[in-house]
Amino acid sequence: MNRYPLWKYVVILVALLIGTLYSLPNFYGEAPAVQVSSAKPTIKVDLATQARVEKILADQNISSTGIFFENTGHVGSIKIRFSNTDTQLRARDLLQQKLNVDQNDPNYTVALNLLSNTPGWLSSINALPMPLGLDLRGGVYFLLQVDMKGALQKKITSLAGDIRSQLRDKSIRHQGIDRNVDSITIHFGSTEDAEAARFLLTSSQPQLIWTITSTGDSYKLQGEFKPTALKEIQDNAVKQNIITLNKRVNELAVKEPVIQQQGAERIVVQLPGVQDTARAKDIIGRTATLESRLADPLMSTINVGEIPPPGMDTFRFGENRLGVFKKSVIFSGESITDASAGFDQNQRPAVNITLDASSGRTMQEVTRENMGKPMGMILFEKGKGEVLTIATIQGEFGSKFQITGQPTTESANDLALLLRAGSLAAPMEIIEERTIGPSLGAENIEKGFKSLLIGFTAIAIFMIMYYLLFGTFSVVALAVNLLLLISVLSMLQATLTLPGIAAMALALGMAIDSNVLINERIREELRNGAAPQTAIAVGFDKAWATILDSNVTTLIAGLALLAFGSGPIKGFAVVHCLGILTSMFSAVFFSRGLVNLWYGRHKKIHKLAIGQVWRPQEK
Amino acid sequence: MEFFRIKKDIPFMRHALVLNAISFITFLAAIFFLWHNGLHLSIEFTGGTVMEVSYPQAAPLDAIRGNVEKLGYADTQIQNFGSSRDVMIRLPLQKDAQGKLISSADQSAAVMKALDPSTSGAKLQRVEFVGPQVGQELAMDGLKALIFVIIGIVLYLSFRFEWKFALAGIIANLHDVVIILGFFAFFQWEFSLSVLAAVLAVLGYSVNESVVIFDRIRENFRKYRKMNTREIIDNAITSTISRTMITHGSTEMMVLAMLVFGGPTLFYFALALTIGILFGIYSSVFVAAALAMWLGVTREDLVKGERKPEDKNRDEDPNFGARV
Repeated sequence: MNRYPLWKYVVILVALLIGTLYSLPNFYGEAPAVQVSSAKPTIKVDLATQARVEKILADQNISSTGIFFENTGHVGSIKIRFSNTDTQLRARDLLQQKLNVDQNDPNYTVALNLLSNTPGWLSSINALPMPLGLDLRGGVYFLLQVDMKGALQKKITSLAGDIRSQLRDKSIRHQGIDRNVDSITIHFGSTEDAEAARFLLTSSQPQLIWTITSTGDSYKLQGEFKPTALKEIQDNAVKQNIITLNKRVNELAVKEPVIQQQGAERIVVQLPGVQDTARAKDIIGRTATLESRLADPLMSTINVGEIPPPGMDTFRFGENRLGVFKKSVIFSGESITDASAGFDQNQRPAVNITLDASSGRTMQEVTRENMGKPMGMILFEKGKGEVLTIATIQGEFGSKFQITGQPTTESANDLALLLRAGSLAAPMEIIEERTIGPSLGAENIEKGFKSLLIGFTAIAIFMIMYYLLFGTFSVVALAVNLLLLISVLSMLQATLTLPGIAAMALALGMAIDSNVLINERIREELRNGAAPQTAIAVGFDKAWATILDSNVTTLIAGLALLAFGSGPIKGFAVVHCLGILTSMFSAVFFSRGLVNLWYGRHKKIHKLAIGQVWRPQEK
Repeated sequence: MEFFRIKKDIPFMRHALVLNAISFITFLAAIFFLWHNGLHLSIEFTGGTVMEVSYPQAAPLDAIRGNVEKLGYADTQIQNFGSSRDVMIRLPLQKDAQGKLISSADQSAAVMKALDPSTSGAKLQRVEFVGPQVGQELAMDGLKALIFVIIGIVLYLSFRFEWKFALAGIIANLHDVVIILGFFAFFQWEFSLSVLAAVLAVLGYSVNESVVIFDRIRENFRKYRKMNTREIIDNAITSTISRTMITHGSTEMMVLAMLVFGGPTLFYFALALTIGILFGIYSSVFVAAALAMWLGVTREDLVKGERKPEDKNRDEDPNFGARV
């Protein structure tokens, strides 16, 4: 009766195999590596850069143990792993020298890093080590709240300007435009004007719902955002802020930054390894500005080192050219209400730009007077200008125009992004912050695992002494539980935190319950005079109901924590819930398999090695 | 080895009144301390800044206190954390002249400057800042989680048993939660998010203990038709006490390892679990069953017309009678 069909053993073997494979990467440790990322918004790290890096290293006979290209949130980086720190340092110096033309104004950041030592064949089946949380490796955590009112205010201000010029174009007379918190009110003296304005604005401003109200002989046309438009504005604000943050954080050359949306209007920023909060904040909060200027009509670009014409500003353009520009600014970044990639009438990649009304008028004047001359866009960060593009003015245009000349759609996309991401869409405020020193992180991980190990050992010694062979089975099942838990967490790429380690320890402490239940039931059956084989079968069956009960109640608490918890609590809850699930497999299914394998073969057994079974009647 | 060699059923229920009186008094005391002292909430709930600073030698607490107070912070707390060389500094939310919150970076920078790291060797290990709205949200979420757990468990217990047991079970275990909170209020231990997680985890864990005993009571009602309710409960508790002690003992071993070796960050988490596990045993054994008894559980409540077939193994098992 205590035999498993073959398929159950196969299931156990497969689970063990998968468990081992996926938990394995966690034990390989880390190797020295070098990370190459872009230092400037205009420089892109892509596969071409990777080829270049490979060539530089090959030329100097520096061998790496792996080159990896990664693209996180529009920003690429290349990581090269080395066998020892000597090679790592040599490679860092070499790459820094060869990749950057101007050492004082580098295009690429080359930083020392650590990479998992996981062999390629494991990575290729997506077996990766669990990422460590900030509390285990040190770093900075910010929770930023996006000021949605600010985003809305910005939008309303630019809309009001547009509306004013539209009404003027159609010669509809109004008595003033009010900007409210989330709506626009236009005052009119006659119902005809109000109706005409409504007709015009309903088609030109479809994001708003227009309604007319009248009091006496004054008429009010009120525009309110449609709920979908409101949501879109908020979504775009958060998305644009995330993109901007990504670019800025990239500059810190952080190992693996995490920038994610949390809820409707919050952004989480995690910067592992960064200790200098002040600098991190400085960079995150910095505002980049964009300027559009006319370029020198005769020589819009020169080589680095050449002397520019007098009275002109020069800014870096690409790797070794300079753009030459006039000093006056046509429009700046705040005037850009939208920038998106698209195609022109010849199906060439282009960037479509929309300006607000007042800059549109300036643009119109400038383009009329400077037809056929070059103009450009310059992005200023940290007081240094960087030319994004120089294009020739092809005609007279106003608030909507196109920039062509981008070689690929991808580069058009990048340019659009840079034009948009020059500044934050909405102001942000830090509402939560944590900084953890690296030594504290290392201490946390050591203490966490030490207590896990000691607790496990204590339980193992007790179980084996108290239940002998059955205790050994239980301990093996407990170890399998830990293995499966680690492998599932690695598969999900859940971040391991100190509360997570605590949950792991607690999961093991609670999982042994199931085995105690089973062993006690078997003893009880034996005490009541059942035969060994029967005792095993009945013991497992009767314990199952209780195990299920206990796991359901624990799971209820775990799910509540998962649903309502945030931050550290969520990490705890994920491990807690998964631990309950893996324990059902290991403590019941797997340990029964072990017992069946051991005892099931025998037809008749006289004794179970489950420790002493005391009977009240034997005095 | 067999720890529990109990010959006769222990008459737990004879002392039910005394035991219930004891738990009622403990419960009232816990509520009194919660009301009188209040919980020492961590900044996760209240908002504010926490800094952890380590020194190469024993930290001069008084000098640090003096330096920080000179900055004009009222209501700061400065205490050792883990070892005599580590100091934890808690600063309340601080507003500047315009009523805007001063950012934690500015706060911590000012404090670090006051501590004069170049001569004292002080090193900033950790900074944590929580804004007021986040704190409020966390407190609300914690409360929601607690309510969710209670409702979930009551539903599950009423589905598995019947309302008298569900009520008895949840009261017994809520009494544990209140007592854990009472301990934290009495000793003014810091109540943080991880302590809250521990409280909820232990709630789910110890309810299961009541379930085991209720299960046995139901089984006994079917098996021993001549016993009265009191005897049946005594027998159920006696026959499950061994597993109760061993399961909780082994879980407690793991928790103790965290308490002793887990460092200051895990200390209060493990402490809450320890109190929860100890009172969990007590309340499941003495409170839950007794409450069910006072509520008047009867055989008819649990055994609904069905009769379990007698154990057939006796006839079928070839090994019957083998001595082990």
